[in-house]
Amino acid sequence: MRGALDLDGVTVAFRLADGGIYTAVEGATLSVADGEFVAIVGPTGCGKSTLLNVAAGLQPPAAGVVRKAGVPLTALNRDAGYLFQADALFPWKTALDNVAIGLETAGVSRRQARERAQAWLTRVGLGAFGNRYPHMLSGGQRKRVGLAQVLIRDPKILLMDEPFGPLDAQTRQIMGNLLLELWSTDRKAVLFVTHDLDEAIALADRVVIMSAGPASRIIGDWPVTLPRPRDIAEVKVEPAFRALHRDIWQVLKGEVLKGYAQTGGG
Amino acid sequence: MHRGKLILLQLLVGVLTISVWEIGTSVPIGGSYLLPPFFFSTPVDVALRIIKWFVEGTVWRHLWITLYEAMMAFIIGSAAGVIIGFWFARQPVVAAVFDPYVKMINALPRVVLAPIFALWFGLGAASKIALGITLVFFIVFFNVYQGVREVSPTILANARMLGMNDRALMRHVYWPSALSWMFSSLHTSVGFAVVGAVVGEYLGSAAGLGYLIQQAEGVFDVAGVFAGMLVLAAFVLVIDGLVTMAERRLLVWRPAAETHSL
Ligand SMILES: Nc1ncnc2c1ncn2[C@@H]1O[C@H](COP(=O)(O)OP(=O)(O)OP(=O)(O)O)[C@@H](O)[C@H]1O
Ligand SMILES: [Mg+2]
Repeated sequence: MRGALDLDGVTVAFRLADGGIYTAVEGATLSVADGEFVAIVGPTGCGKSTLLNVAAGLQPPAAGVVRKAGVPLTALNRDAGYLFQADALFPWKTALDNVAIGLETAGVSRRQARERAQAWLTRVGLGAFGNRYPHMLSGGQRKRVGLAQVLIRDPKILLMDEPFGPLDAQTRQIMGNLLLELWSTDRKAVLFVTHDLDEAIALADRVVIMSAGPASRIIGDWPVTLPRPRDIAEVKVEPAFRALHRDIWQVLKGEVLKGYAQTGGG
Repeated sequence: MHRGKLILLQLLVGVLTISVWEIGTSVPIGGSYLLPPFFFSTPVDVALRIIKWFVEGTVWRHLWITLYEAMMAFIIGSAAGVIIGFWFARQPVVAAVFDPYVKMINALPRVVLAPIFALWFGLGAASKIALGITLVFFIVFFNVYQGVREVSPTILANARMLGMNDRALMRHVYWPSALSWMFSSLHTSVGFAVVGAVVGEYLGSAAGLGYLIQQAEGVFDVAGVFAGMLVLAAFVLVIDGLVTMAERRLLVWRPAAETHSL
């Protein structure tokens, strides 16, 4: 297989402070084709963020290979844009400068970078918020700035780690539709982590399930054939959606319970 | 609290304090004064003394000299603190080697250095500036060191994913973080610059607010001592106000609760 991104038998282990070794992920094989939207769902602490860090080249795997466009990854993944789970905006830069910085580092002149950043802020609905600092934005607005910050660099593959995690239900829906709308214009490869199965099915072309850790594995891979364009709210009431949800939940339920038992719910 | 009400209460505290002082020094209770004027002077005497200093214009030179010494100490101490703080934070080996020495020097009460500095640099401004530098340097140094070391790993990872090389990381991540830590200790470091100047003057000099106070003490001129202290206090308040204004401009990106006021 030769997708935008391939993980081949990836195992990730951490050295603990007490000298022991914790195997977070074991033998994960996963491939994201060009233009494909893949969602990863798994219980908390199973290693979803860890897997994205591996895909980004931030965390070298203990075993296995990561390939981008068929080439083994040895350093940072330059094709990837990464929307982190935790807040990652630069607090000392305005929203506009936060978005523009990714172009400036690529050698675009500051004036041009800011112009294009303004256009991106407008696309995510924050055209009037360019001169605000991150602490003056709501959680949802910050996530939108983060999305613009990543997308302005036009990455070939988009890694997203529970981007709508801390948001309320309505905002999640709006953000989900915004994401689908942006994605539909150029169909990047997307690897999208969430703990929300509804969200995963509504957004993705494929849903991948991870087992509870330690030594978490990929235990399921379902194609989602619901037609596009989709509306997050509407797609959830379709019978095909409900049926798929039931199938996947059968597998996921046990893992979620196991995950809670092992990690104490977080 | 309402701003007008706050100022009113602040004034009230001042008026009360001066009243107690005035009554204690001028109204005998049971045949003796609560605050004998010989030890405490009186508010009127002190006020007259301050007015005299300003009318005669003698105090300006002292104020200017103290300000000059404090400013130089702040500028040089901060610059050195920023540079060395940055260097240590980026070179853990250097930091580890120098660690015990940094702690040793920082543990030293700086007052004991004053006579040595007077010996080395003379009784003029240079020895006071040197004393101020030893105080300012460590505050700025520790803050910048911390600021560089404690950048959130997520922000660092994000910066690298956004294509920053080492130089860009310096400029867009480490530098602003270090500066924000430095600015958040601005009140302390500016305050210590003034302390360095005044203590240095007090221990041996021919000019400055510390000298003014020391001279008055030498001849048991309590009104002069109090007048000197009040002028010094007002001087510090003005400088602190300026620092607050600078801080508001420099740290706009910080949530309001984190920037102190006063
Ligand atoms: N640096 C590390 N050192 C030791 N263990 C770690 C380290 N980073 C992660 N882990 C462990 O690896 C496991 C997977 O962590 P990860 O952050 O990938 O989980 P997650 O699936 O993203 O969870 P969540 O849904 O809560 O974000 C966890 O059990 C965690 O404790
Ligand atoms: Mg995670």
